[in-house]
Amino acid sequence: MTAAREHGLPAVSAPHVGVPWTLVALAVLAGAVLVGLLVGPVPIGIGPIAGSALAHVPFLDAGTQLEAAQEAIVWELRFPRVVLGALVGGMLALSGASYQGVFRNPLADPYLLGVAAGAGFGATLVIAYGPTGVDGFVLPLASFAGGVAAVAAAYLVGRSVGGGRTTATLILAGVTVAAFLTAAQTFVQQQNTESLNEVYTWLLGGLATSGWGDVLTVLPYVAISAAVLLVHRRTLDVLAVGDEEALALGLDVTRVRLLLVGAATLGTAAAVAVSGLIGFVGIVVPHLVRLLVSSSYRVILPLTVVVGAAFLVLADVLARSILSPAELPIGVVTAFVGAPFFALVLRTTRSSA
Amino acid sequence: MSAVALESVTVHAGGKSIVDGVSLSVQPGEWLSILGPNGAGKTTLLRVLAGTIGFRGEAALRGRRIRRLHRRDVARLVALVPQTPVVPHAMTVAEYVLLGRTPHLSLLAQEGEDDRTIAAAALARLDLEELSGRELGSLSGGELRRAVIARGLAQAAPILLLDEPTAALDIGHQQQVLELVDRLRREEGLTVVAAMHDLTLAAQYGDRIVLVDDGRIVAEGPPAEVLTAERLASLYGAQVRVLFDGTTPVVVPVRT
Repeated sequence: MTAAREHGLPAVSAPHVGVPWTLVALAVLAGAVLVGLLVGPVPIGIGPIAGSALAHVPFLDAGTQLEAAQEAIVWELRFPRVVLGALVGGMLALSGASYQGVFRNPLADPYLLGVAAGAGFGATLVIAYGPTGVDGFVLPLASFAGGVAAVAAAYLVGRSVGGGRTTATLILAGVTVAAFLTAAQTFVQQQNTESLNEVYTWLLGGLATSGWGDVLTVLPYVAISAAVLLVHRRTLDVLAVGDEEALALGLDVTRVRLLLVGAATLGTAAAVAVSGLIGFVGIVVPHLVRLLVSSSYRVILPLTVVVGAAFLVLADVLARSILSPAELPIGVVTAFVGAPFFALVLRTTRSSA
Repeated sequence: MSAVALESVTVHAGGKSIVDGVSLSVQPGEWLSILGPNGAGKTTLLRVLAGTIGFRGEAALRGRRIRRLHRRDVARLVALVPQTPVVPHAMTVAEYVLLGRTPHLSLLAQEGEDDRTIAAAALARLDLEELSGRELGSLSGGELRRAVIARGLAQAAPILLLDEPTAALDIGHQQQVLELVDRLRREEGLTVVAAMHDLTLAAQYGDRIVLVDDGRIVAEGPPAEVLTAERLASLYGAQVRVLFDGTTPVVVPVRT
């Protein structure tokens, strides 16, 4: 930029997340995590929690003021749940943003493309027919296979109808695939009434977890998927000029699209496997960032991860406190916020989509 | 060595040949205009050169066969300015022009100092300094065309492919854009291959004209030789008279 100024040229900079927005996003996430740790049926104050957190830092020699039971509630119940919510929320939002970029469609998200329904079908098959006890390992794989099959089907159906050019046909194809898979899944579910309850609870979505098992299950998938997507943030900006021009700019469009859809689907499927079907995160969060900050994926992707994490942690707090001690499925909370927002997005993108 | 060389290039799509056995070559620094009726295969020829479509036969850029080149290397040799670009409405002009640096970056890299300077120079070249922060969706047709050409320039490729660069522009902007391209050609030594719609403009700016019809070359040579009233009548089904402004042919439609 300095060299450009010396020659009297205009200042040009690549889109990036500025410091202010980074701080805002991190502050929101930190606030959400704090709320997630504080809120619960057993009242534990912020001071003792902070003290206990310091006590976990090695070599600091700070003592905890919490009783053993409170320690367990904060660090074995609430904290894993908050971390799981952050991972799932960040992943779903990031996948949504990536699908929107790859398909150049502001409405693409894991739900509309049928990925979630496919993942749900895969997981239902495992719960219904699989041997008990292997769920933790096999469930993410089964939902991944289902998710990949669904997005591939949606893409092929959309292409055969609209030549892959119009974005509306892709969404219609996704909805079609999702409807078919949901029907198939309901059929399997009704045939296996003994596991009906388990499937149903899982489907509605929830972060009910104790300990770190689910976090460890989902972590490797989320880490790989998020890393692949985030390093391709500039590529998504290039794809914004369409396949032919991206190709003329030297991008291997087919290969890149396959890689990004694969990564987003892997992450989505892993998230769905541990948390069930949680809708609207993938569409609400990226659009919020897009509306407030920038339309460049170099800005959207990093901010979406952080905001998506915060959003789901807060949604989970609502889900477990509104009807406390009973829990509301978290999908209900996200849809309650997400559906009206989605309508708003439809209104504002009607002309440009 | 030719900047561009095609040897019996054929493109099939939907069971018919859109381009049928075309051979031509373009010298470095030359401006070749491709003319022909709608659907003659002009755009498809440019796609072959940009490496975005499959073809039979042989096509080479500066002596290197397109089929053997990596995608990025093709994009370093030719920059395509499409007729109807896909416009990401909320992207700023500067960000858009920076996309032209894509073939010079590795897949996961971000633009560096050099890339920003080159993009800034391209913006300045097209008088887009004032507009660099504006969103593409807010530009007029002429401004947008300049932004697309600036992106092509930022690509820093020695061969510039223009697909109907004056479509949807008024006469003043048509001249501005073509003058600018011609200036760039002379100053930067670019080779220009342009699919053109307007016969008179093609005669004014092209060194050489290739007339295509139904995927085949039907005439080739200097504008004054190619643009004859009889040929245009049979090719376009149009009644025209060819006048001369000095040595440059001017094609005027007439009523019978």
